[in-house]
Parts: sequence; structure tokens; C-alpha cells
Amino acid sequence: MTDFIVIDRRKNPTGKNLPNRQRFIKHTKKWLSDKIKKSPHGDITDQGDKDIGIPVDGINEPKFDYDYDSGIWDKVLPGNKEFQKGDQIEKDKNNNGTGKGAGHGQSEDDFVFSINREEYLDILFEDLELPDLVKKTEKATTTWQTVRAGFRTWGPPPSIDILRSYKNSLGRRFALAKPLDKKIEDLEAEEETEEIKLEIEELKRKRKFIPWIDPLDIRYRKWDKVAIPNTRAVMFCLMDVSASMGEKEKEIAKRMFLLVYEFLYRKYKKKVQIEFVKHTDEAFLCDEHEFFYGTVSGGTEISSGLRKISDTIREQYPVDSWNLYVVQATDGDNWTTDNIATQDFLLKLLPIVQYYVYCEISDGISKTDFFYEVTLTSVWEIMKNLERKFSSLVTIAIEDVNEVIPKFRDIFLPKKEK
Amino acid sequence: MASKLLFDGSDWNFETISNTIIACGEIAKELKLNTYKNQIEVITSEQMLDAYASVGLPIMYKHWSFGKRFSKEKDLYKQGKRGLAYEIVINSDPCISYLMEENTACTQTLVIAHAAFGHNHFFKNNYLFRQWTDATSIVDYLIFAKNYIEQCEEKYGEETVRELLDGAHALMMNGIDRAKRPTKLSLTKEKQKQAERQAYLQETVNDLWRTLPKSKKEKVIKDDNIFPPTMQENILYFLEKHSPKLESWEREVLRIVRKLSQYFYPQYQTKVMNEGWASFTHYYIMNRLWETGQINEGSMLEFLQLHTSVLWQPEFDSPYYSGMNPYYLGFEMFHDIKRICTTPTEEDREWFPNIVDKNWIDVCLDAVANYRDESFIRQFLSPTLIRKLKLFIVTDISTADHYTVNAIHDSLGYKIIREQLANSYEIDDWCPQIAVTKADIKGTRELSIRYKRINGRSLNQSWKQVAMYIHKLWGYPVNIETDDGAFLGTVQ
Repeated sequence: MTDFIVIDRRKNPTGKNLPNRQRFIKHTKKWLSDKIKKSPHGDITDQGDKDIGIPVDGINEPKFDYDYDSGIWDKVLPGNKEFQKGDQIEKDKNNNGTGKGAGHGQSEDDFVFSINREEYLDILFEDLELPDLVKKTEKATTTWQTVRAGFRTWGPPPSIDILRSYKNSLGRRFALAKPLDKKIEDLEAEEETEEIKLEIEELKRKRKFIPWIDPLDIRYRKWDKVAIPNTRAVMFCLMDVSASMGEKEKEIAKRMFLLVYEFLYRKYKKKVQIEFVKHTDEAFLCDEHEFFYGTVSGGTEISSGLRKISDTIREQYPVDSWNLYVVQATDGDNWTTDNIATQDFLLKLLPIVQYYVYCEISDGISKTDFFYEVTLTSVWEIMKNLERKFSSLVTIAIEDVNEVIPKFRDIFLPKKEK
Repeated sequence: MASKLLFDGSDWNFETISNTIIACGEIAKELKLNTYKNQIEVITSEQMLDAYASVGLPIMYKHWSFGKRFSKEKDLYKQGKRGLAYEIVINSDPCISYLMEENTACTQTLVIAHAAFGHNHFFKNNYLFRQWTDATSIVDYLIFAKNYIEQCEEKYGEETVRELLDGAHALMMNGIDRAKRPTKLSLTKEKQKQAERQAYLQETVNDLWRTLPKSKKEKVIKDDNIFPPTMQENILYFLEKHSPKLESWEREVLRIVRKLSQYFYPQYQTKVMNEGWASFTHYYIMNRLWETGQINEGSMLEFLQLHTSVLWQPEFDSPYYSGMNPYYLGFEMFHDIKRICTTPTEEDREWFPNIVDKNWIDVCLDAVANYRDESFIRQFLSPTLIRKLKLFIVTDISTADHYTVNAIHDSLGYKIIREQLANSYEIDDWCPQIAVTKADIKGTRELSIRYKRINGRSLNQSWKQVAMYIHKLWGYPVNIETDDGAFLGTVQ
């Protein structure tokens, strides 16, 4: 009985189930997408897993089974207390207390499972895209990349492909039946008769005529130049952090930008630069950490932010080779004296950007509410006017955290799908 | 036997494990256990979840349903609603048992005793396992299956393979000849046959062959016969061999699922015995370790706590009740056999004249070797145990507005309860009997599937989906009917 082995498998790769999980998610994609894209309650700031309920009929695994509410079932149950043979027990329609058979035939209830943040965001962003990303590509200088393109029979010596050449040589030698050294050695080792001598000579002669490597065998690596389309793009995230932006407004704005950030990072990786701009009555560029976590406050001059963007574009992002995008979030509570300047800057910016999203975070009073005046700001009106003139401008209003994801999806859903 | 402690406290290392296996092996000799060579693998909880999801097998082909199972188990585990099973053990030679690294030394000992000795012995000796499975080749076969299905996915696309597997899985319980003995799995033979089958099957469904003139004699015989000549309850087999639309690789995939179904078949039928015997073995070994001073009091208490948390039977009116607990029922029955053999009462002498006063180990080993749940209960469930469990029978007639108590734990009821409990472990009682009755291969190619109604029960609505799958695999209309003449529907 001492015949055994103990193996430590802990170092073996885990996640053996990943392919199965991917297949599962793929299989349930239809339901998952529906749930995720329509649910307003998604929260991408939450790092943890998300519980997603899937309608069970989509993923059940049917088999032939009995209908447990039909026919006759004799059930053997444990724990009899007061029953005697012949007793009758009223069926309680709400209570399944007597169980089903001997524990077989369990029914499947709604299937709730959790997906992680990665999987969640992938599905959320799956069908979104930056609009008009290719518009300027032909103008931009094309870069060339050399890629392998098979073999050819001529070329410079450094590009000889040894493996391929050797293969050819080997094939040729086999085909022409070049005598093997070993065969000659074997013959030489044998007794020297006239016959063998002749044979050895013949073999040696043959060997001499079939070279080990022939110019015919040589192959050179071929390289081609391929044009790489240049889709450089920059996204400006412009956030209003003035005093009038309350905690709730800032929260909404940050969520919006977090979505933008995650979306660009996931879908476009390094192809899209992101510039973060914060503004009060003055604006400054900052890194993502400062953008999401930093605290500054002050009055509001939207034009300051727009000026900063214009300056940055002039200095770093020549209009003819960059696709330009702006997402702006503000409560729209601008100093009235600044409105003219704002409009001027917009008139300069809008013709050169691919897409400009103006996102106004209002104070949550419903715009259709009977008792209140329409609470739209004057900036909103300016924007609405401009929206009619410029197809690149989109204005949206967000009142509640729950609107962020649906509105975000609206913005970046390709036009044909809207 | 003067021994020293195998371990003290909850820590363990590989030396502890080895010593524990040796110590358990010594005690297993007292029980005359005959096991496959043991392969003990230490794994993480993550890996345990992996193994869980692939229905307890070490290697499995890829399918979304395993991902679903994984998600479910993982969520339950994370929420603390379910602990991981103490053990997973694979019916293979060598017999692979998993130890989770988070387990305490005491739990590891329990798992070794339970899985590496209890289950291992059961796998090697029970007649169903001997007849239906070949422990030496299962791992090889699983590798073959996994690779084959991977190749199919590459060649024909993931989606196509998924659809095929969905259909095959739906028919998994209809992939066995319940009444027939199977041939064992053997990888070398499988591979050899695979090529032959491919060629042959392509031939049989190749339209060109039909244009060849046939000898008259042959024709007459075939026309007179109904096809298939006898009912075919192994639907997967039937489709694999006779479906007019499947390609040879699709037939091979059906075959893989069918073979796996066959591999699991003995496990469905011996759940009570298998778990009961493993529990009985661990209980015996742990007690002997304690008696011989190889584990201390703390470990013994820890063991008893683990033991009782698994081996208990909620009563029918308890919120925890979900049928009979196979661990408990099996464990109690083996214990009862020991009691009957060693200290029989008058009642036992009357009920079990052929085992009283016999060597209890021999009786238990004989039971392990030659019974399955249904026959085991029919043979060995004693009045004592019926009284202990306070078993009673409730008859549920769907049309009536009340349940009727048909028997209780008294002298009139023992036999009825024993028969009824045994019946409920018959596969027909929890899995409907479905068979192919007719395939009109000369004409419309319609396929007729018949459900054999027992006790007036109907099929639940999922039959429609399964019929849809059969239709996809068969390629022509499928009729579903019952043996009492009811016509359920046609899928076309």
C-alpha cells in the first residue's frame, strides 16, 4: 500500500477555465450586451466584479426530463413525526415542502453571475467609435514599414535565408540521389574486390558532380514596403472645476471623463493622445491623476479653457496631421461677460475639430418640470445655436449619475446605428 | 502499535502527506482494501474550481457550459455560500486525488482516507466501474477528446462546434444503452477504429453508392424490415451511426460525448454506495489513527466536526431538505451492515439470515463489488435504519388535492419503504426512457422518438428544445410520441 506519488501542482497555470469562460461570455453576449448597455446603473468607478443576471432560457442546457407536476410520485422522505399510514395531507400550492423525487431533477432558477471590470468595459465599449477618425489620414505623411514578403532567387548576400536554402539543397541532393559518405565508407571497409572498387569509384564520381550546395538552392528573403495609414488623434478633456460645480456635478463630470479615458485607452491604445485640461477662470494642462483627483476652485471663464486648447493645438498638434476631439463638461454657469469670448473661440475651434461634445451638467431640476422655468444656461443656448451650423458639435445635458453611461454611449455610437 | 503523531496542529508539508498516506495505507490493510496506485496532487483553490467546472475531470474539451458552471461555483464560493468540496477524485489508474493547499493537516488526512482509499477501492472493485470504464485509459482518452475538439474548432469554427456540442450534451443521458453491457474505452482501439469509421461512414451516406445496382436479395430483406429493427434507446449512438446529414468529424464528436456519458454512467448509479463507502472508510481510518495515537485529540475533534457537517440528513420539513443525502444514507447503511454482522438482533436474524455473524468486512467488500444503489438498498436497508431515519412514503398524484401517506416505519411499512427507496434510485425513475422507434430512411427520412410513460408522468417542456437538437443532428423531421399513443409534436 505504500505505492503512491505526491505531486505539487500548485505552480501549474491556473485559469484553465478561461477559454470556457470566454466561450460562455460569447454565448451570452446577446443578453449581456442588452443588460449592460441598457442598464443605467453601471458604475465603472467600481473596481470589483459586477453581478449580471441572465435570463435562464438563454443558457439552459435542456434534456429530457419529467414534468414533476404530472403523474404519480411515490416519495420516500425522512423524519416522520406524527403521520400514520393512510393519512392525507392537504397540498399547499405555495409550498413545495415535500421536495421533488429523491433530490433529482433540480430546476434552474435565474442565473446570476459576475463579470469583472475588464469584461464589463469591453462589452460596454464594443460597438463605439470615435467619429470621422480617418478624415485626415490622406493628408498626413504616410509612414512606411518594411514587412517580410516571402522569398526570391536573387538579392544581396546578407539576406540569404539559410534555412530555406538548406532545405532546397537537401531536397535536391535527395532527388539526385547523392551518395552518402557512409555508404562509401562502408564499401571501403569491405573486402577489396574489383567490383567494389569500381562501385566506390562510381559513387565518388557521382558525389563530385552533385554539389552539397548549388547556386540554384539559394533563396533570399524578400521585403516589401507597406504604407501605414497615419491615424493620429488627440482628445481634449476639458473640465470645469469652478466653485459653482458642486460635488454631484463634479462626480458626473469625472465619470464622464473616466468613461472617455477608458474607452480611448481600450479601443485605441496609444493611437489617441489624451490631453487633460481643467479650467476655472484660468485653465491649465494636467496629468490624469491631477485631473481626476486634484482640487482647485475659482470663478468660471469657459473661454480660458478653449484658449488653452487652441494654444495647445497650435503648439503641438498641427491641424493638418491630427484628428482633433474635444469633450467638455461644465455646469454652464459662465460669467456672462465671458460668453462672447467663448463663442468666438468656439467659432475658431469648431471648423478644425472632428468632433466636439458639449456636456452640460444641470442641477437636476427636470427641464420639463411644470413649476420651474427652463433652467438652461446662456452657454447652452450658444451651443444649441452653433450645433445647427456645425455638424461636428454635439450637445447633451446630464442631470443624474445614472444618465452618464447611456448618454456616453449615445455620443460615441456610430451615426448609422443611431 | 506504538506510533507517534503524524502531525501536530494544522500545518503540513510534503513529508506529512507522505507519512499520512503510508499510515492510512497500513490501516486500509485491516479493511482489506484493494486500490489502484495513488497519485495525490496538491492544488490551489483556484485550480479546484477549475476541476469542479470541468465536471471533475482533469482534462476536458472546451465548451461554454463549463464556463457557466465555473462562474456559478466561483460566485457561490466567493459569497461563502458554499465551501469547496473536500475532495475530487478521478476514476483512473493511477487514481488521482486532489488536495487543496488551504486544507489543514487533519482535512488532508480525511481527504486521503476518503478519496485515495475509499473511492479508489470502490472504483477498482465495483462491477459497474469494471464493466463500463477502463481506468487505465481515461486520461489518454480525455486528452484525445480535447485535442480532437480543438482541431475541429480550428477547422470548422467555434460556433459550429458549439452548436454540435450543445446538441450532444442535451442527449448525454440518452447516450447509454441502459440494458446492454458496453465495450470499455480504450484509446488505441479508438484511434484505430476512428480512421476506419470515417471512411466507412462517409461511404454509407454517400449518395453515389445508392446509384450502384444492388443485389435483389439484399433489397428484399431491407425493404421488409423496419429501421431500426429494434428500438434504439441510445439516441446519440443512433445519430452517430445513421444520421443522413452529419459529416464524419461530427460523428466523431458525438462519439466523444457518448463515451464520456458512458464513463459517468456508473457514477450516477452508485452515488449512495460510492460516497457511503468512502465515508465509511475515512471514518474507520480516522478512528484507527486516533486509537493508535497517530493523531491527537484536537485533530480528532476537528475531524468529527467536518464529518458531521457533511454526514447529516435534514428531515423532510426542514428548510435544508433537498432529498436524501447520499453520503449519509450510504455511510449509515455500511455501518448498519457492520452492526448486523457483529451484534445482530432477532429482527436482523430474520431479515438478513445470510449475513448475520459473518465477517463484516467481507460482507461490506462483497456489497461494494457487486451492487449498485438500487440493488444495494433493496438488499441491505434494514428496519433498524428505517426506524432511525423515520422514513415514510408520501404518494403524490398530480390530479389529487392531497398527498397520501402510504407507509411509515412500522412492520407493515418496512418492505414497502425499502422497495420504494430502491426504485427511486432506478435510472428510469429520474431520467425518462426515450428511444428511437422508426427512421424512414427510404422515404421521408422522418425520425420517430418515443417516450415510455411510467406512472402517468409527462415530459417537461424542455423536450421541445431537445427535439430541436435532435432535428439539427438528424437533418429531417423528428416526431415525438409516447408509447400510449399520444403524439407530442413534430420538429421540422
